[in-house]
Amino acid sequence: MTDSAKLHQPHPPPKGERSHAGDFSYVGIDAILEQMRRKAMKQGFELNIMVVGQSGLGKSTLMNTLFKSKVSRKSAQPNPEEKIPQTIEIKSISHDIEEKGVRMKLAVIDTPGFGDQINNENCWQPIMKFINDQYEAYLQEEINIDRKKRIPDSRVHCCIYFIPPTGHCLRPLDVEFMRRLSKVVNIVPVIAKADTLTLEERDDFKQTIREELRANGIDVYPQKEFDEDAEDRLINDKIREMIPFAVVGSDQEYQVNGKKLLGRKTKWGTIEVENIAHCEFAYLRDLLIRTHMQNIKDITGSIHYEMYRVRRLNESNAGPGLAPGQAPTLVPAHTNGQTKVNGGPPNGMAAQCEVLTHEM
Amino acid sequence: MSQADKMKQGQFTNPETPGYVGFANLPNQVHRKSVKKGFEFTLMVVGESGLGKSTLINSLFLTDLYPERIIPGAAEKIERTVQIEASTVEIEERGVKLRLTVVDTPGYGDAINSQDCFSTIISYIDDQFERYLHDESGLNRRHIVDNRVHCCFYFISPLGHGLKPLDVQFMKAIHNKVNVVPVIAKADTLTLRERERLKRRILDEIDEHGIKIYHLPDAESDEDEDFKEQTRILKASIPFAVVGSNQQIEAKGKKVRGRLYPWGVVEVENPEHNDFLKLRTMLITHMQDLQEVTQDLHYENFRSERLKRGGSNRKPEPEETDKDMILQEKEAELRRMQEMIAKMQLQMQKQGDGEGDGHHV
Repeated sequence: MTDSAKLHQPHPPPKGERSHAGDFSYVGIDAILEQMRRKAMKQGFELNIMVVGQSGLGKSTLMNTLFKSKVSRKSAQPNPEEKIPQTIEIKSISHDIEEKGVRMKLAVIDTPGFGDQINNENCWQPIMKFINDQYEAYLQEEINIDRKKRIPDSRVHCCIYFIPPTGHCLRPLDVEFMRRLSKVVNIVPVIAKADTLTLEERDDFKQTIREELRANGIDVYPQKEFDEDAEDRLINDKIREMIPFAVVGSDQEYQVNGKKLLGRKTKWGTIEVENIAHCEFAYLRDLLIRTHMQNIKDITGSIHYEMYRVRRLNESNAGPGLAPGQAPTLVPAHTNGQTKVNGGPPNGMAAQCEVLTHEM
Repeated sequence: MSQADKMKQGQFTNPETPGYVGFANLPNQVHRKSVKKGFEFTLMVVGESGLGKSTLINSLFLTDLYPERIIPGAAEKIERTVQIEASTVEIEERGVKLRLTVVDTPGYGDAINSQDCFSTIISYIDDQFERYLHDESGLNRRHIVDNRVHCCFYFISPLGHGLKPLDVQFMKAIHNKVNVVPVIAKADTLTLRERERLKRRILDEIDEHGIKIYHLPDAESDEDEDFKEQTRILKASIPFAVVGSNQQIEAKGKKVRGRLYPWGVVEVENPEHNDFLKLRTMLITHMQDLQEVTQDLHYENFRSERLKRGGSNRKPEPEETDKDMILQEKEAELRRMQEMIAKMQLQMQKQGDGEGDGHHV
């Protein structure tokens, strides 16, 4: 970094860009933004999105539509079978995509079999275990004595939950799942296949869902308590009034008014995916990718992961007899995720390392 | 012999023909009697909540079967078990009366664990058969009310890739008890190609699991070509992909029943948009057949099985009548006791008056 700093110093900013061109008080600190940008572009970004919902809700299609390329599990298999699996499977597909020089390592984690069985009790457990396992892997890497420069981030940043467009209210399964998972991961609920609902029905349904989420104490992304300042709150309030987004996905293009657009063609009209008068896909995409991607990653890293870390380290501190590594099923009532646990005396840290690595 | 020959030759067309007996009029008599009696039909609708069952029933029969409907929230649904709600409505059209009972099954498939959700439904169907059997074997058979379920519309969600495990299990459990007609709900979710694919997929899965759905009878050879063609089209469209609505929308200058979207209007009664008209036609033209199959196949199956078991199952009946008698005796005793107490109270009163003592026991 010092090299690039030296590179910058001899070149004063060109006239017109800075109002104080030729001003002796300009130091050049804001050039750090440029340095960060360059570094980020070199490093690339990682994003892990999990999609959860019953089969047939259009999860794979929506992922393909979001990233405008075939990133879903179905596109990875040569001949997708589309049979409902007997138990829930967790399938993670990784892609490297690039846009304007920015590289992104995108992982789409699919959960076929969720909610499809006759008896769906505890169908959220494999998913919770997966998420906690990713946190565990990151934690292990972090507390390693000899750790990598850049810890590979496989933590689930965002979980998109697909609500079937019944038009009435949430199902008990939806409530149970979101209640448990909103405590460990950012949940973004969406109404799937929203071309089933007329605009009136859509608004009624959304209102019902919002009320039910509130009544059950489910905090979906963007969470109210993590708003940093008034500006954030303003933007996020607007988003909170719109969730859950009613989306339609499609990876086929049709000609509409002379333009090629992604959509669904039916006998009574063509539904345009990116038309906000038709569905709210554009809002979802903007939220996930264009405006809040970094925020999602930050909250995962600094709040959800920290909570997990606190819990785990406390567990191993509780006593040598306690077997660490048991995925805790009960989430602690309320931990202020902002406070960090001090590792204690170095001896304590080493002892913890020992206990944990032994478990592995 | 020649007389009989002449009778055979003398076709029923001309009453003046010497061979005309006149029993060609029988169908008319039956017709008149049944019009007077009216028809009864019981239709059961089963499917997850939110698939548009109530809207479809209202659209089919152009009534409002559920005027004051409160849809419970998710928290209440967790506690609920499957319930059976039967609503009856009398519809009349051109002098023909139809007493239609729609049996709804709210709560089906809602719970997280849906293992038991169809036992309630199956016991309801069996109860109706049981009651009919009881009535039929009874002494007074004049006014047998036929509450047996004649047809069951099973609503399949258009969102999946075919049948769900719950769908398969349920249909296998009731295909021997009632006529099952699978219906793809909310068909405006699907494009034409998706709809064809889903129909084929569902039919394949029905074959694979050996589910016996209701098959339309082939048109008789003496029916006219139109009817034959209609039956052929109906048979090819099973399962029907329907859209229901009772709202009137303006489209292309005329008022139609449909759903208004920002990208267009789905017309309920447009055969290019969905199979609503086909479903309605099937139901109306085959109402008689559905009743017959219920009577001849499902009810007879039930009856033979029941009577085979009959010996061991008849015992509860005399016990019940015993219980009734015991109850009646007890009631009579109670009444007697009450009379005695009343008498005693009167005596006390008289005594009290006689003695001038105002103290009552």
